[in-house]
Amino acid sequence: MSLEYYLVLSALLFTIGVIGVLIRRNAIIIFMCIELMLNAANLAFVAISRDLGQVEGQLFVFFVMAVAAAEVAIGLAIIVSVFKHRETINVDEVNSLKG
Amino acid sequence: MNAEMILFFIFGAVALIGAIAVISFRHPIYSALSLIVTFFAQAGLFVLLGAHFVAAVQVIVYAGAIMVLFLFVIMLLNLGTLSAKGALTGKLKGVAIVLGILLAVQGIYIAVKAGNNTALESAQASTEPVTTYKIGELLFKDYLLPFEVTSLILLAALIGVIVLVKRDKQIEN
Amino acid sequence: MSKGLIIVLLISPLVGFLINGLFGKWLKGNEKLSGGIGALTVLISLICSIIAFSHIQGSEKPFNEVLYSWIAGESFSFNIGFHVDALTTVMLLVITGVGFLIHVYSIGYMHGDEGYTRYFAYLNLFVFAMLILVLGNNYLMMFVGWEGVGLCSYLLIGFWYEKQSATDAGKKAFIVNRIGDFGFLLGMFTLFAAFGSLDFVSIFDNAEAGTFKQIFGASTLVIATLLLFVGAIGKSAQIPLYVWLPDAMEGPTPVSALIHAATMVTAGVYMIARSAVLYNLAHTGQIVAWIGVLTALFAAIIALKQNDIKRILAYSTVSQLGYMFVGVGVGAYASGIFHLVTHAFFKGLMFLTAGSVMHAMANELDIRKMGGLRNKLPITHATFLVGALAIAGAPFLSGFWSKDEILHSAWGSSKIIYIIGLATAFLTAFYMFRLIFVTFYGKSRVEPEVASHLHESPAVMWVPLAILAVPSALIGLLLGVGGHNSWFHHFTEKVAGFKGGHVEASGNIVLFMVISMIVGIAGITYAWTRYKNRVPSAEPTNALQKLVANKFYVDEIYNTFIVQPIKNASHFLLWKLFDVGIIDGIVNSVAALIRVIGGTLRRLQTGLVQVYIVSMVIGIVLFLAYYLFFA
Repeated sequence: MSLEYYLVLSALLFTIGVIGVLIRRNAIIIFMCIELMLNAANLAFVAISRDLGQVEGQLFVFFVMAVAAAEVAIGLAIIVSVFKHRETINVDEVNSLKG
Repeated sequence: MNAEMILFFIFGAVALIGAIAVISFRHPIYSALSLIVTFFAQAGLFVLLGAHFVAAVQVIVYAGAIMVLFLFVIMLLNLGTLSAKGALTGKLKGVAIVLGILLAVQGIYIAVKAGNNTALESAQASTEPVTTYKIGELLFKDYLLPFEVTSLILLAALIGVIVLVKRDKQIEN
Repeated sequence: MSKGLIIVLLISPLVGFLINGLFGKWLKGNEKLSGGIGALTVLISLICSIIAFSHIQGSEKPFNEVLYSWIAGESFSFNIGFHVDALTTVMLLVITGVGFLIHVYSIGYMHGDEGYTRYFAYLNLFVFAMLILVLGNNYLMMFVGWEGVGLCSYLLIGFWYEKQSATDAGKKAFIVNRIGDFGFLLGMFTLFAAFGSLDFVSIFDNAEAGTFKQIFGASTLVIATLLLFVGAIGKSAQIPLYVWLPDAMEGPTPVSALIHAATMVTAGVYMIARSAVLYNLAHTGQIVAWIGVLTALFAAIIALKQNDIKRILAYSTVSQLGYMFVGVGVGAYASGIFHLVTHAFFKGLMFLTAGSVMHAMANELDIRKMGGLRNKLPITHATFLVGALAIAGAPFLSGFWSKDEILHSAWGSSKIIYIIGLATAFLTAFYMFRLIFVTFYGKSRVEPEVASHLHESPAVMWVPLAILAVPSALIGLLLGVGGHNSWFHHFTEKVAGFKGGHVEASGNIVLFMVISMIVGIAGITYAWTRYKNRVPSAEPTNALQKLVANKFYVDEIYNTFIVQPIKNASHFLLWKLFDVGIIDGIVNSVAALIRVIGGTLRRLQTGLVQVYIVSMVIGIVLFLAYYLFFA
């Protein structure tokens, strides 16, 4: 089973995440797309780790997940407070820095 | 075509379809559920790669904890009732899709190139699964400091969330 | 002599300036302290000058020391350095001596003025700048002082800046001086180009040895000295740039005494005496002497018909400065400087007495409204009389000796200059005593309300008058007896160049003295016959008188032929065309261009996050493309 299959899949998943970020304006969905990109990266990590016969790649996945968890917690908290202020989470309506 | 290949294509197809569904559904609830599907498919891919521990964490942390948080927020804010019409202007959407295709082509190019360049494949690649014992050993010996730093990041996130929520209460008062 | 002494001498007035200038707000309520500081700092300089004088008198060589290097370049360097010789000490004593008395006098004269501390700050700054001018050991330092005194002169002429005429006079003085300074600068450039240095000693040595670059061929020194003389013409109010000095009388009277009679206006004479070596070699003295004597005559004629007490004195100053230029021009440098000294005393004295008259008369300047003042102002009258006798060349008073020396030297150079100078001496005696008879004698024409509080000035004012009257009367006897063999000549003979230009006077010196005496007495007598009991008529009676009374219309001529064309050219060419059209046009179009660009680019800043992300992704794609396919 060749490495390149996994990497191509990873690239496709990542690109779908990018397109999602670009075309959707719901902040929560944008967030999900970011998770999608992180997961694509994770897939590449694990695939290369196996290919090189090293375990470190899997450790990085572990760290990425920890950071992603922290990020989601903070991001969702921000979304909640933005929604409380503005009654919307559409990013094109949230266009000024001042609350 | 061996069993691994067949399973790879099944899981890969499910992951791609789920991902496309995430960005296609209008209602965020459906997007979130599609994302869970993708995560599960990826967990399967991890198993195929012999990374059992990562697969387990993927299911527990992503599909379990993180996605529950997403669903919770979506339901809390009751976003389903928000009008979701007219996302972006058509021009920007076209640009975004063209950019995505370009990026995909570049990504595939890198992937193919990297796959061809790997001379170590046959020599070191092993289908032996990596045991949790081995990961634990690395994590608590060689990578102890990053591991501890990770805990600090989680702590910081915890405090940050509390502050964000608390500030709102003060404003309301 | 030590460097420390010179530094104290120089810095002391600067300290006074800083105290009065920076803390004037707190000193305002305390006039005695403010004026006291001003006078005290000059007194310290005076004491230092006396010490320096005693050192120089006993030593053979001039004191010349560099304090530090000011501007150091690859092929040139300018130093802050002092050069003290007999000429310098004479100037120092005049500046600090007369300066000190005028500071004391000002304490009383400026009493109650709004800008009391400002006045003393300016006056101290002036003394400082004047000291730099005479102490410097190179032309650059002299120029710094030269500009410094010009600035102070401007500030003090326009001291009462609420008065339009005062600010106008200040500007006039400044601008006319600029023309002269331009010449001075060009002269300095010429010297620097020729000698590669501006140090007096190095320039004089090389000039005598002939080792310098002939940048204008054989006439290098001629051009340099004439350009320097243009500077002197401006600063010392000679034809054709004398017009600023009469107007400068708008300033406070002690300022007229110190700056516009005793010290600053003599800077030009000092500069030529200092450059004596160059003038001797270039033989340009004749031009200097001719300008001087013509100015002397011209100003004396104008003074005949003036009725403003300070303007008469101002024209008299212009005229006497002309005498000094005759002196230095014909090579009798010591005589010219001697006249500078005596003039500083008696003209300073007369300005101060004029101030005293104004003080008593509630700032009345018109002598036709005075008359019979000698009974009301006895001290003022007596001291003024001493000054007038001195300037008129009354026997054995100071002006008699110095003026006679100059005329005697002029005879040896050119008989025409001598005759014009003699005629001027007659006119001088005449207009001075016209002033005296009209002001102090005859019937009182003072307006009743002014007459009621007519009073002699306070002691702080009349004591300096009395002190100044003594040297005005006696300094000639002390220093000048013996003509070209007098003590003064021996004292100054070691100054560079003073010997070289000396014109051996021909003829019997006693005869010259007798002729001068007769001319002076004749002038006084003629004034007595004409103005004993007569007031100058209000209106000129014939065309000639009208011409003189209007100062030969020189101001009007300058205005029509120089000032107005320049103003018009500035208005239309520089302002309307160049400034508004070209400069503003460029500035405005640059601004408009920026606005167009900004207005276009502003649209990129939508505030929409996704637009930003799209641009970011475009960047990523381009970077990847570059590294994958082109790098």
